[in-house]
Amino acid sequence: MANITTNPESAGGSLTARALREGFYAGIVSLGLFVLFVGLETTQNIRNELVLRQRWGLLLTFVLVAAVGRFLTVAYVRPWVAARKAAAVARVRDESAPDSFFKRNFNAIAIVALILYPILAMLIFGVQGSLKWVDNFGIQILIYVMLAWGLNIVVGLAGLLDLGYVAFYAVGAYSYALLSQHFGFSFWVLLPLAGILAAFWGMILGFPVLRLKGDYLAIVTLAFGEIIRLVLINWTEVTRGTFGISSIPKASVFGIWSFDVGAANNFAKVFGLPMSSAYYKVFLFYLILALALLTAYVTIRLRRMPVGRAWEALREDEIACRSLGINTVTTKLTAFSIGAMFGGFAGSFFAVRQGFVSPESFVFLESAIILSIVVLGGMGSLVGIAVAAAVMVGGTELLREMQFLKQIFGPDFTPELYRMLIFGLAMVIVMVWKPRGFVGSREPTAFLKERKAVSGSFTKEGHG
Amino acid sequence: MSDTLLSVQGVETYYGNIRALAGVDVEVKKGEIACLIGANGAGKSTLMMTICGSPQARTGSVIFEGRDITRMPTHEIARLRIAQSPEGRRIFPRMTVYENLQMGASLDNLKYFNEDVEKIYTLFPRLKERQAQRGGTLSGGEQQMLSIGRALMARPKLLLLDEPSLGLAPLIVKQIFDAIKVLNQEQGLTVFLVEQNAFAALKLSDRAYVMVNGKVTMRGTGKELLANPEVRAAYLEGGRH
Ligand SMILES: Nc1ncnc2c1ncn2[C@@H]1O[C@H](COP(=O)(O)OP(=O)(O)OP(=O)(O)O)[C@@H](O)[C@H]1O
Ligand SMILES: [Mg+2]
Repeated sequence: MANITTNPESAGGSLTARALREGFYAGIVSLGLFVLFVGLETTQNIRNELVLRQRWGLLLTFVLVAAVGRFLTVAYVRPWVAARKAAAVARVRDESAPDSFFKRNFNAIAIVALILYPILAMLIFGVQGSLKWVDNFGIQILIYVMLAWGLNIVVGLAGLLDLGYVAFYAVGAYSYALLSQHFGFSFWVLLPLAGILAAFWGMILGFPVLRLKGDYLAIVTLAFGEIIRLVLINWTEVTRGTFGISSIPKASVFGIWSFDVGAANNFAKVFGLPMSSAYYKVFLFYLILALALLTAYVTIRLRRMPVGRAWEALREDEIACRSLGINTVTTKLTAFSIGAMFGGFAGSFFAVRQGFVSPESFVFLESAIILSIVVLGGMGSLVGIAVAAAVMVGGTELLREMQFLKQIFGPDFTPELYRMLIFGLAMVIVMVWKPRGFVGSREPTAFLKERKAVSGSFTKEGHG
Repeated sequence: MSDTLLSVQGVETYYGNIRALAGVDVEVKKGEIACLIGANGAGKSTLMMTICGSPQARTGSVIFEGRDITRMPTHEIARLRIAQSPEGRRIFPRMTVYENLQMGASLDNLKYFNEDVEKIYTLFPRLKERQAQRGGTLSGGEQQMLSIGRALMARPKLLLLDEPSLGLAPLIVKQIFDAIKVLNQEQGLTVFLVEQNAFAALKLSDRAYVMVNGKVTMRGTGKELLANPEVRAAYLEGGRH
């Protein structure tokens, strides 16, 4: 890493030699590291005896990946990165150049693309084949986009580190599940109700933590998330504990068309289409898209309103806020409850989509994933967060598709199990490469004719 | 004789068990410039913060326009139009200059913003040049101007300035003191400032206080204190004359 300045042409031979040498060392190191973990496995046989199984093939794969990876990094990736850096320095930035058409209309293009997405998926892969694309990639990603946008209000705008966001997701999901089962309310009645209930819980969380900040706040919110989960597990008369609540009714298109198979106004029947669950998925896709866009719209509007400005000021300096006449108590409570409300919306959507909720869906890991998406996206940036969600959630879904990895790592290899590894790896890479997330600079809310805002990476956190 | 705008009576403020203010009496009359000088750690900033209610005085009272504000929360005190440019400036680093000024005007929900922001820009033309720049990337002096500008955006009746000349070049210090004088004379703004730059502050002030170890030890008009040999020895000798 020290001397990337050596001229690649004259040092071409020595570079390959060095790459070979470093690749060899990497192989040795990984051999030492993995020989006991990967090379040998202890299992119990039928008679409960401990037996040692040898997995030299797998060990060889690990060592080879490390050695070849190191070789490629040193020989090709690093010189390429260095050359790019040099080129970037040489290229004088023309600040006054107008943004390209694509850049200017990015939001509109993205929304249109998302609206067309399920239709395209149906055209290309057929009605039944589109299921995977609409559900696994579309809906799954959009749920996380929405959750991350909701959490962004609390963490990204108001700067309140919340590690228990999944609690509000759970409140939303259980509100819908329980109220629809016991009272038979429809989705459209319960959606706002679930949001309100979650917002209410947001306030309940908000009160005790008003005086806390940073790490202390994080711990308490973490505990709050766990409390909600444990209540769901243990309050069995109401929540049925770990069994969860199943056969949650489906949502309908505003009560006009239903997706229940037997119903007279079944969507497919009304339009004379062949029966398929794909239509429901497409409907759910548009539903979550609308909910996510609502979240974004509200966030954008709020940022320009007094309360939104107060959130951002609160994140920067609480004392200065107070001395400017801002009531920090209500400001924090609104941030918690509005963020929670969107978590609640997303939760009731989740219940409708799965048809089943159990406490298992609301573990701390979910909060951590949502928070990492917000951080990766660059706290506060809606586009950055959407990209981060697409990459992280889409990436883990893609892993499921990578069955060819079985050929390399053996038939026991289940790629999904490595998703957290990939998640962590991606996070490290992004944070090294862009320490403030994909879109690190904060977009000002007041637009002036000449926009010369200095990029966020030059701005120190804290007081200048 | 003009009437009293702010009066601090027998105020004691503690940080935990440490007594930072040991019974302070201070008075500021409407339309005047008052200043407070004293050594490091004397409790000057603590007095400024106590007036704003964070921390609150343990004993004694703070009266503003005849109203006891000792136990009011900070944001409500600010709503009575007491604005402060605090020690360390405390501007919002990731917000632009323009947005920082907007924050200052949040009391009136930006009602007079366009009108007032122009006034601030005439006072500190530098801020206009930098209006789209992030607060945290401003130079120290520019941040000081922004901090004062932001406080002025609240249309204060009483402006508290904690060391407005801190870290500034002499020319800028003069600019800022001139600006304070203009605000006071033309708009009748009442100013209470803390200064290390005792000479300039005393010359400017109608009323002045010297603070030592949490107590006001001397008081008088600016001119009187300027002439006082003790003050000269402690705060002026070796300074600029
Ligand atoms: N948050 C705090 N916690 C504990 N002690 C504090 C705190 N803030 C100030 N003090 C103490 O209170 C005393 C007065 O501090 P203050 O900041 O008011 O001094 P000052 O007169 O403004 O000094 P300077 O001229 O250096 O700004 C000091 O002894 C200081 O150490
Ligand atoms: Mg001080």
